Amino acid sequence: MIPAAFDYLRPTTVEDAVAALAEAGEEAKVLAGGHSLLPVLRLRLAAPTLLVDLGGLPQLRGVRTDGDTLVLGAMTTHAEVAGAPVVVDAAPLLAQAAATIGDRQVRHRGTLGGSLAHADPAGDLPTAAVALDAELVLAGPAGRRTVPAREFFVDYFTTTLRPDELLVEVRVPALPGWGSHYLKVNRTAQAWATVAVAAVVERENGTITQARVALTNMGPTPVRAVAVERALAGVPVDAIEAAAAHAVEGTSPASDTTASADYRRHLAQVLARRALTAAAGS
Amino acid sequence: MTATLAGTAAEPEVGRARLRKEDARLVTGRTRWTENITVPGMLHLAILRSPHAHARISRVDTSAALREPNVIAAFSGADVAETQGTMACAWPVTEDIVLPIYRPLAVDEVRHVGEPVAVVVARDRASATDALEAIEVDYEPLPVVLGLESALADGAPLVHADAGTNKCYTWVLDSGEAGTGKAVGEAAAAAELTIHRRYVQQRLVPASMEPRSVLVDPTGDEWTIYSATQIPHILRFLLAATTGTPEHKIRVIAPDVGGGFGGKLAVTPEEWIAFAAANRVGKPVKYTESRSESMVSAHHGRDMIQDITLYARRDGTVTGLSVKLLANMGAYLGIVTPGVPILGAFMYNAIYKFPAYRFECTGVFTTTTKTDAYRGAGRPEATYAIERIMDELAAELDLDPLEVRRRNWIRHDEFPFTTVAGLEYDSGNYEAATEKAMQLFGYDTLRAEQAKRRVAGDPVQLGIGVSTYTEMCGLAPSRILGALRYGAGGWESASVRLLPTGKVEVVTGTSPHGQGHVTSWSQIVADQLGVAFDDVEVLHGDTRTSHKGLDTYGSRSLAVGGIALVLACQKVREKARTIAAHLLECAPDDLEFADGAFRVRGTPTSAKTIGECALAVFAAHDLPDGVEPQLDAEATFDPQTFSFPHGTHLCAVDVDTETGAATIRKYVCVDDVGTVVNPLIVEGQVHGGVAQGIAQALYEEAVFDEDGNLVTGSLADYTVPSSADLPEIVSDRTETPATSNPLGVKGVGEAGTIASTPAVVNAIVDALRPSGVTDVPMPCTPERVWRALQTARSGQEVAA
Ligand SMILES: Cc1cc2nc3c(=O)[nH]c(=O)nc-3n(C[C@H](O)[C@H](O)[C@H](O)COP(=O)(O)OP(=O)(O)OC[C@H]3O[C@@H](n4cnc5c(N)ncnc54)[C@H](O)[C@@H]3O)c2cc1C
Repeated sequence: MIPAAFDYLRPTTVEDAVAALAEAGEEAKVLAGGHSLLPVLRLRLAAPTLLVDLGGLPQLRGVRTDGDTLVLGAMTTHAEVAGAPVVVDAAPLLAQAAATIGDRQVRHRGTLGGSLAHADPAGDLPTAAVALDAELVLAGPAGRRTVPAREFFVDYFTTTLRPDELLVEVRVPALPGWGSHYLKVNRTAQAWATVAVAAVVERENGTITQARVALTNMGPTPVRAVAVERALAGVPVDAIEAAAAHAVEGTSPASDTTASADYRRHLAQVLARRALTAAAGS
Repeated sequence: MTATLAGTAAEPEVGRARLRKEDARLVTGRTRWTENITVPGMLHLAILRSPHAHARISRVDTSAALREPNVIAAFSGADVAETQGTMACAWPVTEDIVLPIYRPLAVDEVRHVGEPVAVVVARDRASATDALEAIEVDYEPLPVVLGLESALADGAPLVHADAGTNKCYTWVLDSGEAGTGKAVGEAAAAAELTIHRRYVQQRLVPASMEPRSVLVDPTGDEWTIYSATQIPHILRFLLAATTGTPEHKIRVIAPDVGGGFGGKLAVTPEEWIAFAAANRVGKPVKYTESRSESMVSAHHGRDMIQDITLYARRDGTVTGLSVKLLANMGAYLGIVTPGVPILGAFMYNAIYKFPAYRFECTGVFTTTTKTDAYRGAGRPEATYAIERIMDELAAELDLDPLEVRRRNWIRHDEFPFTTVAGLEYDSGNYEAATEKAMQLFGYDTLRAEQAKRRVAGDPVQLGIGVSTYTEMCGLAPSRILGALRYGAGGWESASVRLLPTGKVEVVTGTSPHGQGHVTSWSQIVADQLGVAFDDVEVLHGDTRTSHKGLDTYGSRSLAVGGIALVLACQKVREKARTIAAHLLECAPDDLEFADGAFRVRGTPTSAKTIGECALAVFAAHDLPDGVEPQLDAEATFDPQTFSFPHGTHLCAVDVDTETGAATIRKYVCVDDVGTVVNPLIVEGQVHGGVAQGIAQALYEEAVFDEDGNLVTGSLADYTVPSSADLPEIVSDRTETPATSNPLGVKGVGEAGTIASTPAVVNAIVDALRPSGVTDVPMPCTPERVWRALQTARSGQEVAA
């Protein structure tokens, strides 16, 4: 299919990009890796009149540390997130989740910012960001604001981003000494998650002191499995099985051609147990 | 002069693992595909398709589209009703079959989502696509017809109202009536054991890498048609026959074609529409479908419900087999739609000596995309059902699945063997292939591991799946096709011409679209004529150079076209012998063709190569009296019987009983495809075939919602597995030459697809059998495996 005609802009500063968005209003769309946006345009599910390509903003690409915080530019590709030693070191969950995305081509074009902004409930990075209590930095005409990942995702494909705002940066607090694991079940190696679980666990002498668990594709947005987390505070590792049974609480998975809601609920429990066991064991 | 030749007796070309001559251009894409051919003045076509599964078209208004930028023409089916011709079905399997009228562009009614309704012709593709949005169509929705059984129920809404029924045909093969065996009724009455199963062959999409594409150039006093097709010759014939265009004014070219798998064994409405459009505007018109269009409108495959009943004695001998099929035709009949299940009719008895057999198939119309050939066409379905139910028999009798097969299969010393379906299998050795496969697989070791894991209650259970298959291919003996009411024959043609420098040009009637004919044909010619592999060029796919042929499908190219090539080479060789004898001043009978040249018996240094003969013929200064100055020949081969490759596929699957995920751990196949021309190509065909069979077992399914919309309409929803999802495939061979052709070859193009699906599903069921699972419907997704386990467990609890 062929997209409807649109204008194309490739700004070189964040300010220019934001200004262009502010001027065009709802008619404009940001283009990052294009791996989610272009299919939408080609199927003519959307027909923006202006595309603002972030490809000319190298300042949005790359990873650095800022004290105890890992800072990732929005235009950092999945392959870079998966492979960068600082990420593997400070936020292995994020690297692991990025490595499960699609195939090589997708990982070399798709971006962290695009993935978060797109807010697909089956997306892997939104879940990782929520599990890690990441903060998202948004730039708009009035300057920058910071939104916690848990508040960023509002509904299916909907975030708190305003049409004239750009996601520029993702800040992930380092969790030294914590174990983590991202576990995903999908129909084929390059398919989106049927269900996935992100588990981050702090242990002390065989006891779990705190845990954070987030679920992919178990509702319109990434779901923090609060009941599981509560059941795991200050308990021995062998309490994981019982705690994982709470993984379905607060979820509202969809039934679609990939799986029924029932099966998703079952899978969430199995994967929560396995992901937590792996996170606690490492 | 004696040249050194590649194809010498010491090292024949046939049997060598030659890299393919085609690969560099195909792999890099630096070649001619229909989509990248541009001719002067060419316009682009876009097609508006029905969003309804069934509706009356009350109005189409294309006038606004005509005012869009760059638009040259816009029209609907009604505008070309008289001139667009009709789509033909070449296989009316019974006398009373319902053959609905099938218009390329719908005229007054649409019968599936995606059916073409109107078109725009514009200067560029984007403008044509944009202008589609300006076409107005009023539809009056009609009731949809989706289920096979509900379509046949009394009072069901009709797909074709004037037919008065949704039944397309019922076709029966009864060994008692045909005299090829006993009556199944007797077997049923005497059976010690009766096993009945219902299997569903889900609908699949052929999904070749290159979508369909066509360019019609009406320039000059003729029509040149480029098409991404498997069947340029049949396209030419049918276009002439259904539009009244003189056949000799039509030239069809299939340039390099990026896969077909049966999906391009089709003449398509889109080809006819592009032809009508080019005639209307008097300019070349190109149409290339998008993937979304391809998924919904190119024909689908499979989609059958199989009721199969096996009658047996308690010693494991099968005494009779009865098969009842419902086959989904979709809304219309493509060229071989009704015949696809019939190709399976002869294969349910498979490699076994069943004494009684009855097969009945009813074709059913529904308001869905039409079905037609997909890799294996009828034979994978048959093989699946019989190989699944043989496992059920083994389970019932507590026998190893291979042992049950052994007790029923045709032994190697019983060939040639006439089956209960009336076919004569020329050769085979099921024992040898099975033995070799078991060795490579480590069958006994894996069975021991399975037993251990069962006892330990391991959440990941091991399953072992078996499939001992045969198939009929090499389509086909013309007289048998005639007896089955197929519209054409099954011969193939080849011609060979020697150039003055000793190079060879071969023209083949086969139409490769990824199979590597250029390479295999070069190997055959090298041996036959004593020329170098690199000195052979193979021309195909252009009806102007290859004026005669029946194209490529049904694993026929080598087993039929390859034999025509051998016969043509032999004719050339005999012509050359006369010339060599003249040059060497001896009698033709004094010469033997050895080590790539004609040699005087007893004086082997006195020799002439074919190349030297070719030069002498070119000069024509000194030819024997009455000998024409040419060294060319043509031959046509019509096989006397089908080709029957066979083999044993073994599959080990780890089934995670908590998630339901089935992971193939080991896959071993030993195929017997007779003499092998190129082992690398054979292995490639087996690998690709196995991959597609695994895809049916585990991944793929075309699903319609209750309104008849294809919900798996993109490659994101229709999960084609990639290399990352597939196991290492250990492929080996036994070689029992076919006795029905001079090369001893059998077909290999479909074997892997036919064999692998039941091997995988048998393995999954085997893993779960202790839990009471006896079937998992395809595709065996994690959820379906999990559900089968849940159901079986609750059943066991209820029983206990
Ligand atoms: C075959 C395939 C398989 C895939 N599999 C997976 C998978 O398994 N898991 C997974 O998580 N994802 C998967 N994806 C999606 C992939 O990760 C995408 O790349 C990602 O979702 C979007 O990133 P992008 O850079 O391509 O964004 P784009 O497609 O360019 O943009 C997506 C959306 O985000 C907006 N946007 C992008 N960047 C910004 C920004 N900085 N600020 C504000 N808005 C912005 C765009 O306007 C658009 O609405 C797959 C994609 C494909 C094609």
